Amino acid sequence: MILYLLKRLAVLLASTAVAAVAVFAFMALLPGDPAEIALGVNATPEAVAELRRQFGTDRPPGVQFLDWFGGLAQGDFGTSYVTSAPIGPQISERLGVTAVLVLGGMVVALVLAVPLGTFAAVHHRNPLGAAISAASQLGIAVPAFLAGILLVFVFAVQAQVLPSGGYVPIAEDPGEWLRGLLLPWLSLGLVQGAVLTRYVRSAVLDVMREDYLRTARAKGRGSTGALWRHGLRNASVPVVTVLGLQLATLLIGAVVVERVFVIPGLGDLLLNGVAGRDLLLVQGVVMVLVAAVLLINFVVDVAYHLLDPRLR
Amino acid sequence: MRRIGIWIAAGGLLLATAACGGAGGGNGGAGGPAKTQTLSVGAVAEPANLDFTSTEGAAIPQALLVNVYEGLVKLDQDGKIVPLLAEKWDVSEDRKTYTFTLRPNVKFSSGAPFTADDVVFSLDRVKSDWKLKIKTQLDVVDKVEKKDDSTAVVTLKQPSNGFLYAMTSRLGAMFSRTGVADLANKPVGTGPYVLGSWRRGDSLRLDANPSYWGTKPALSSVTLKYFKDATAMNNALLTGGIDVISSVQAPESLQQFADPNRFETIEGTTNGEVVLSMNNGRPPFDDKKVRQAVRHAIDHKALLDTAWAGRGQLIGSMVPPTDPWYEDRTGDYPYDPAKAKELLGGKTYDVKLRIPSLPYAVNSAQVVKSQLAQVGINAEIEPLEFPARWLDQVFTKGDYDLSIINHVEPRDLGIFADKSYYFRYDNPEFGKLLASADAGTEQEQAADLKQAAKLLSEDAAADWLFLFPNLIVAKKGVTGLPKNAIAESFDFTGLAKQ
Repeated sequence: MILYLLKRLAVLLASTAVAAVAVFAFMALLPGDPAEIALGVNATPEAVAELRRQFGTDRPPGVQFLDWFGGLAQGDFGTSYVTSAPIGPQISERLGVTAVLVLGGMVVALVLAVPLGTFAAVHHRNPLGAAISAASQLGIAVPAFLAGILLVFVFAVQAQVLPSGGYVPIAEDPGEWLRGLLLPWLSLGLVQGAVLTRYVRSAVLDVMREDYLRTARAKGRGSTGALWRHGLRNASVPVVTVLGLQLATLLIGAVVVERVFVIPGLGDLLLNGVAGRDLLLVQGVVMVLVAAVLLINFVVDVAYHLLDPRLR
Repeated sequence: MRRIGIWIAAGGLLLATAACGGAGGGNGGAGGPAKTQTLSVGAVAEPANLDFTSTEGAAIPQALLVNVYEGLVKLDQDGKIVPLLAEKWDVSEDRKTYTFTLRPNVKFSSGAPFTADDVVFSLDRVKSDWKLKIKTQLDVVDKVEKKDDSTAVVTLKQPSNGFLYAMTSRLGAMFSRTGVADLANKPVGTGPYVLGSWRRGDSLRLDANPSYWGTKPALSSVTLKYFKDATAMNNALLTGGIDVISSVQAPESLQQFADPNRFETIEGTTNGEVVLSMNNGRPPFDDKKVRQAVRHAIDHKALLDTAWAGRGQLIGSMVPPTDPWYEDRTGDYPYDPAKAKELLGGKTYDVKLRIPSLPYAVNSAQVVKSQLAQVGINAEIEPLEFPARWLDQVFTKGDYDLSIINHVEPRDLGIFADKSYYFRYDNPEFGKLLASADAGTEQEQAADLKQAAKLLSEDAAADWLFLFPNLIVAKKGVTGLPKNAIAESFDFTGLAKQ
């Protein structure tokens, strides 16, 4: 087990390093010189050259990369070209907001998917079960931002019961914090819930065909009782795996949903950085997102290994 | 079993809190006493930090100038220079010495009194500490001296009308000698507002300054809320999240706010000339006749109606109507496709119309393309990502035939005097007019610049599609909104709510 953990850890670190190289290379390929953009249409060549020197973008790419990666290893994300503020604190502040968004979305997805998926599996032969199945199919086809726009239209613009966007820190006003997050959570959660419903349904269906469930029924439990007692625990193994992968998708969905709902999270920071060609900032945020996804996969792998003894 | 139970309980809790929040939120925010009236204004660009002496961008002075930092003079809504911290000023006979008489009893928000020492400190600091290129606009200043506590004297190297105008911009902002330690986060000014709070990525709140020397603001605070997405900003106004949209990004979205019982739309002017630039430095637009043909070929009224919902103004040269030397030059090249064809002498041209990927440019390009095609100029539209690619290809390298961009800087007629600028316009006569305008009296300045604008128009150095409008939408009952966006600041001083 220890050996397995070490192996996975090595893979995690190696893939993070590879990702860092890739992220840096992509940034270098983007058109646009940060110094030129910072100075705008009134820039003289001398001023641009001077700013390049200040930014350090006049140095060879290899040196820039080592400088950046070396800083990352010590938790230093560098200083933004555009705001001349350190990037690390900005990312950690925004990361908190995004984490709340993603986790809330996940909760909504689970609250929807577990009962609905189970119901659809148990009643897969009757029309209601089929309807849930069809509805989840539809939900998968809807991107989170579209769900967001529709929700805003219905609940904010038409019914005026919830704000159309904005974020109030929980410390300032917990009620407003919650009200502001409900629609974003729903937009992320509805779509993810649809996806998850299908996984839960098929996992439960699979379990229902297992011998041990037949045995349980043979021993006198009703079919629902048997499922509660023995089935769901086993069905949860594949669902947990998918959950981990979904978390990564949610993170990406959050980037877009933040823009729709004007939430100052990582996605918002990322898009601002791209628009302002704040390359170091973009690099930093992308790196954090990539690392988060890699870390989630790592945790899922390990959890899977622990949950299912057959894999050991 | 237990696990499912927990999930269901969590779901129930979520719904319950949603219901409570919904009920409680209906009157949230409006419950305070009438005195603490607040206003939220939606804006597009958020300041990167609060230091406009070292960070470019319109967002910082938009929020802080006039509101938090005041200058000796400011620009009023008609483009006139009026007193602010200086009660009055005298200009010497040779037009090189400006004597400013300062308003008494003015205090910085830190409590420090404002005196001539601060004027000397602030203007000297432009030279020594400012990092922006615009600081060169004050290069003409030779020295700044204190005569007594309430009198400051500025001596110029040579007469310059640009000096006092530059003093209305951020360059003229007055700083406290003890208040510049952390400009990026803690602004200290003499203005009617002080920094309340700043939530990065979300909003900036300015609170009324209780010890302000002048008329105290009617509002206890003004919050600037930042939106990158136009739809999100529109929704916020529709749902009461904000009271004002400070600048509408797409005029076609205005119909949502057509109900006069709920909203008011204000249309004013800006300093933004939407220019159809022609590369004067290479064929075919190095030929004046071809450029003139372009000006005759475009039906500007139709273009404005199609591309920008008829919002904006036709100007015909590089001067907005709020500058004293404005003249309507739209008559120089009336829409006349036959004349355009004649000027082209039956020849046809294939050219590249390289535009930034911005809404007004994309919309205008379609019309320009179809109208030019009618006289035999076939323009191929090539959208370039803005700012990076457009700046690189068109602006820096000058690799284009035609382009469309909104030139937003105030009094930017002078960019045509630089022949290395991307227009590649080269006419020494124009440069002479500009130099003489800056050195002359105000009357001479206006006369010279009128002449210069006429020369540009007649030379067809470019074509001026329209003046970019300033479009504001406000909830009914909001008063005192500045109609024209011609200064660097969004002036909150007169704002009130009925």
